[in-house]
Amino acid sequence: MTRQLLQTVAALVSGTVFGFGLALSGMLDPTRVQGFLDIFGAWDPSLVFVLGGAVLVAFMGIQIMDRMARPTFDDTFHVPAKREIDAPLVIGSALFGLGWGIGGFCPGPAIASLSVGLGQSFLFVAAMLVGMTIHDRMWSRRGR
Amino acid sequence: MTPYLPSLLGGMLIGLSAAMLLLLNGRIAGISGIVGRLTQGANVSTNLPFVAGLALGPIVFLFAFGHWPDVQITAGWPLIVVAGLLVGFGSRMGSGCTSGHGVLGLARLSPRSAVAVATFLTTGVVSVAMMRGAGL
Repeated sequence: MTRQLLQTVAALVSGTVFGFGLALSGMLDPTRVQGFLDIFGAWDPSLVFVLGGAVLVAFMGIQIMDRMARPTFDDTFHVPAKREIDAPLVIGSALFGLGWGIGGFCPGPAIASLSVGLGQSFLFVAAMLVGMTIHDRMWSRRGR
Repeated sequence: MTPYLPSLLGGMLIGLSAAMLLLLNGRIAGISGIVGRLTQGANVSTNLPFVAGLALGPIVFLFAFGHWPDVQITAGWPLIVVAGLLVGFGSRMGSGCTSGHGVLGLARLSPRSAVAVATFLTTGVVSVAMMRGAGL
């Protein structure tokens, strides 16, 4: 198999494991996500276990990465090098959190939930893509 | 413990997926980044199959357990649109969401991601509290 095809297969398998993990974890359900964020109400702590389990296994992956010269199907690791904490990071994350609380969806679960077939999932994903496009095509190109 | 076991196992699978994509393809499994780049037509041969796999995951769940995973959306359509716009715009402006900053960023001990996670958890809590206050 060519390297391109191997990368495609790896991405498909990785995406499927991610989507299955989301479904198993309960993250796909906006009501549960909002219950997790509702710390002043009937708090549902279960998503602490989702994030904890995910970070733990990803951390082991990072330790392996640090011992590899390059990824299996590419020449370099494409990891963000930026270190500075700037206004777009904080403002963008704040806006994202507001939307996450209102809808109970973040990007991964919203897309994974499309296969369940609810109209509200499609509406959310459409609005999300518009929001991304407004940022990438207009906002971040101001004055360029 | 029982209700938390699927959450823990599901979370570990999310971490496994992120580790796979990183060690095999050298890429960060940040969903807002992958989807954002896909809408710009970048790296379609890997970004598209990853996104397709995301949607395939719940179908695998259906075959494994005989029912769909729970998806209950209580917000009405105007709030869904507002939420989607904020999530899309904010995650691109902040260079990541729950996966890129929350899973991989924290695993990489990135100070930027720590700030991002603290910020979106705080505003997420605030927005749910405001919605509860408004009776939504």
